[in-house]
Amino acid sequence: RYPTFIDALRDLDDALSMCFLFSTFPRTGKCHVQTIQLCRRLAVEFQNYVIASRSLRKVFLSIKGIYYQAEVLGQPITWITPYTFAHDHPTDVDYRVMATFTEFYTTLLGFVNFRLYHSLNLLYPPKIDIQAEDELKPAEGKEYAMDSESYLERLSALSASLARAVAPAHEDEVEMDEFPVEGETAELMDAKKKEQEALEKHKKLFEGLRFFLNREVPREPLAFIIRCFGGQVSWDKSLCIGATYDATDPSITHHIIDRPRVDKQVVGRYYLQPQWVFDSVNAKLCLPVAEYFPGVLLPPHLSPFVTEKEGDYVPPEKLKLLALQRGENPDEESEEEEEEEEEEGDNDKEEDEEEDESEKEEERKLQKMEEQKMEEQKTQNNKVLPVKVTPGKVRVEDKQRLEQEQQSEEKRLAIMMMKKREKYLYKKIMFGKKRKIREANKLAEKRKAHDAALKEQKKKSKKARQV
Amino acid sequence: PRIPWNSLTFFPGIPWNPPPSPHPSPSHFSPQDIRNTVGNIPMEWYQDFPHVGYDLDGKRIYKPLRSKDELDLFLEKMENPEYWRTVRDRLTGSEVVLSEEQLELIQRLQRGQFGDVNFDPYQPSVDFFSHEVRIHPVTNRPADKRSFIPSLVEKEKVSKLVHAIKMGWIQPRKPKESVPTFYDLWAREDPNSVLGRHKMHVPAPKIPLPGHAESYNPPPEFLLSPEEKLAWEQQDPAERRLSFIPQQFPSLRAVPAYSRFIHERFERCLDLYLCPRQRKMRVNVDPEDLIPKLPKPRDLQPFPTTQALIYRGHTSLVRTLSVSPSGQWLVSGSDDGSLRFWEVSSARCLRSVPTGSAVRSVAWNPNPGICLVAAAVDEQVLLVNPGLGDRLLVAATDQLLDSREAPQEERIQPVQWIPAGPEERGKGIRLRVQHDKPVLQVTWHTKGDYWASVMRNPGGRQVLIHQSSRRWSQDPFRKSPGMIQCVRFHPLRPYFLVASQRSVRIYNLLRQELTKKLQSNCQWISSMAVHPGGDNVICGSYDSKLAWFDLDLSTRPYRLLRHHRRALRSVAFHRRYPLFASGSDDGTVIVCHGMVYNDLLQNALLVPLKVLKGHAPTLDLGVLDVAFHPQQPWLFSSGADGTVRLYT
Repeated sequence: RYPTFIDALRDLDDALSMCFLFSTFPRTGKCHVQTIQLCRRLAVEFQNYVIASRSLRKVFLSIKGIYYQAEVLGQPITWITPYTFAHDHPTDVDYRVMATFTEFYTTLLGFVNFRLYHSLNLLYPPKIDIQAEDELKPAEGKEYAMDSESYLERLSALSASLARAVAPAHEDEVEMDEFPVEGETAELMDAKKKEQEALEKHKKLFEGLRFFLNREVPREPLAFIIRCFGGQVSWDKSLCIGATYDATDPSITHHIIDRPRVDKQVVGRYYLQPQWVFDSVNAKLCLPVAEYFPGVLLPPHLSPFVTEKEGDYVPPEKLKLLALQRGENPDEESEEEEEEEEEEGDNDKEEDEEEDESEKEEERKLQKMEEQKMEEQKTQNNKVLPVKVTPGKVRVEDKQRLEQEQQSEEKRLAIMMMKKREKYLYKKIMFGKKRKIREANKLAEKRKAHDAALKEQKKKSKKARQV
Repeated sequence: PRIPWNSLTFFPGIPWNPPPSPHPSPSHFSPQDIRNTVGNIPMEWYQDFPHVGYDLDGKRIYKPLRSKDELDLFLEKMENPEYWRTVRDRLTGSEVVLSEEQLELIQRLQRGQFGDVNFDPYQPSVDFFSHEVRIHPVTNRPADKRSFIPSLVEKEKVSKLVHAIKMGWIQPRKPKESVPTFYDLWAREDPNSVLGRHKMHVPAPKIPLPGHAESYNPPPEFLLSPEEKLAWEQQDPAERRLSFIPQQFPSLRAVPAYSRFIHERFERCLDLYLCPRQRKMRVNVDPEDLIPKLPKPRDLQPFPTTQALIYRGHTSLVRTLSVSPSGQWLVSGSDDGSLRFWEVSSARCLRSVPTGSAVRSVAWNPNPGICLVAAAVDEQVLLVNPGLGDRLLVAATDQLLDSREAPQEERIQPVQWIPAGPEERGKGIRLRVQHDKPVLQVTWHTKGDYWASVMRNPGGRQVLIHQSSRRWSQDPFRKSPGMIQCVRFHPLRPYFLVASQRSVRIYNLLRQELTKKLQSNCQWISSMAVHPGGDNVICGSYDSKLAWFDLDLSTRPYRLLRHHRRALRSVAFHRRYPLFASGSDDGTVIVCHGMVYNDLLQNALLVPLKVLKGHAPTLDLGVLDVAFHPQQPWLFSSGADGTVRLYT
């Protein structure tokens, strides 16, 4: 079915999604326990591979589950995992079909995992690094479970690095040779090089940062993501096996928390909501933390999978993010603007009043002028016949517009001469285009209305506070 | 109630009784009871007999003489106090009144109790075997000897198995491996040795990636308003553009499980194995490329582009118009019962001829040496001399009409030629040709002597050809070719074109035979025009199509143009320029370039040039007739709004 390894990788999306789903099933009913265990094992193995190879690229919190995208051997592999809740098993689903697929997928994933592990010189089945294993050993005889049982759990804690078959050389980064090239290709090469550098930077996004996950935070996805980008992560010891440091550790830099308030804040670390991790990964840089403090209204979480083409609707948050990536700082400007606007708003009233007064004065003046004119006219009318000659208005013919009109008419006439089938196709394409534009406009309009409503509310609350 | 009886069953409270025999003794029955001996058979078998069986002596047991009807039953129900406990004995047909004991028994059985009043179902039970070890065993039988001597049979079996194992006949069972072993499946992968089926493999399309709307915290514009949500709910699930309703949650911990997650995975599975996949060459078409490259209208000038004049005067819709061969005069016929003659360049109405009834069709004699107009009014065709232009011409025309000498023997004609009275002559009318049915259309031959008229007479005589100089008419057809819409004379050859509802027939008048039959592919032809070159014909139809026929090419249309949005009323060719026009009910006239090449290999070039607007649609009618100026690239159109317009 898969003559080459790349073919297998291309088909891995569904396999991963299905394995991650089956590994969350309860061990009763629905399907064999062995299948569930195998799915869990393979999923954990794959996650460990992604950590070891640092190939995760994008993550997305959707209402359906969490999407991950990794790039393995140049192939983008996307999978979705459900949120960890008990499933409400539907009755109109044929589990036998799903089980058959899962059987195939587990086989596929097993072979793929084997190959992937060997490509990184990792042992398969995975072994935890001996050094790390010692650290993980429970202290003085407090046996957690039998060694064989807890091994998978320790593996699935995702906190330890894996044992390698060949000891890694420290300088395994191969320097790319440079060949002198000419013209456009040189530019292309430059662009490629830059891209490569950005990728390396992205891979080391969280390097040197120490995270601590509070107990209400979903542990597995966050631990997975943080480890994928080189961060160190730990959690409460009672939450899961594999915790390496305590909440009181002073070296923690980021504390991920999903509560409205923090009871006891430790100085020297950021308390952040989990969305910061996801947004940072997607933005390929550590975002400013101010918007992600506990209890703060979060900025919208955007999908990293959307690349807006020309004419598509781009949410303002995305524009802001793009500016940030380019190295500008749009926040300050906009904030200043806002402040200015607010000040203007305050001044507006006074100005309005002033304007009113000035307008009244002007009106008075105008009235006087008119009266004078009328009198003059009366005197003139006595002398001259009441015939008026009004100057003709010059009709400016807009040449451009005329030309445009002519062109559009020509086009319309040409469309009339189309064959029936082509006309149908043309109309279909144009309908699709128009609908796209319409939808984009609708979104923009909605946003505008929303922003206006928000501003109004802000003003009101401000006024209320002032009163 | 029967309790399964054996020797161990005994109840302490009840003295032991032997079980009753299964056959009740005859003493149970009352002495006057007659035993029916038919046995346990369906009693319907005796339905048609006067008796219901036989007693012990073999004598018939008769049914009660009179069976009771509803009324009797009712009376008895009302009067007999014992009625409720009266039962009919099916065996004998007699009625039995139940006794007190029997009633009680029934009631007990209905309540699910034992039939015997004295039976106590809640007696304390006595265990025969209990957990306590008793000093006396239940059975005191000594153990068998074989219970402590090794079995010889078993020994034999075991020794056989041992022997089989020793000889290697029985292998120990391999431990079943629950974990599949994986290995490097693609170790000897050779991309060059790809099988054919791999080449033709169509990979499944990937699941579309989520957009901003699917986020747990989307930008506010992606959330649905209440109306949109309602619309989403009312839509069919297959038609929805989003398979979910976007939702916003303030924090990650508030996000619930997605209830359709398993469904979606399952549907994906179904898609993967049930949906047939095929390779589709999807061309990424630029819509601009689809538009045919036509010569620019600017390069195809001259053609009418703007509305120049409006000829007002008619009070009702102007059905028809015609231009004089000199191009100086214009005649229009209207539903208000008048013919009006206009000067083209000044839009002045020079003459108005009242006809008394709606004018269906007018045609100016194409011969420049004759000044004559034929107008179809009701059942008559009026030949009118408008008296416009050269006086000599006018006089010559009158002379031509009057010079006819009556032949010796009057032929029987299908129509009556009636010379106009003096009053009518004053108005310009010279001859009245009385038909027997309403006339729809008149058209002149190019020479100007012959003309044809179409009558509304389905199934009968519909077309007549007249010769005005000899006042002579004839019916060219022996049988009518369907419902005729329109006729034309061929401009060069002696052909006569007849448009019926769906096809156009071309007759050779000299040989008197059908030359060609053109299939129009339209539902209902409304009008027809012949190219002055004579090899091309256009047909307008009520289903808003215009068919261009190339007579040399095929009997099917060369092009079918769907330019108008509504029914076409008339079409016209220009006599000099390569132009043709079509007027439609949507109030527009479309002028097209229709170049016909002398080279037979080159097909005609059709380019739409201009959409002329001006007529306001009234009563669902727009433009009713169009005609070109004979020399200039000008176009006249008459509409339902009572005007005639000139486009230059």
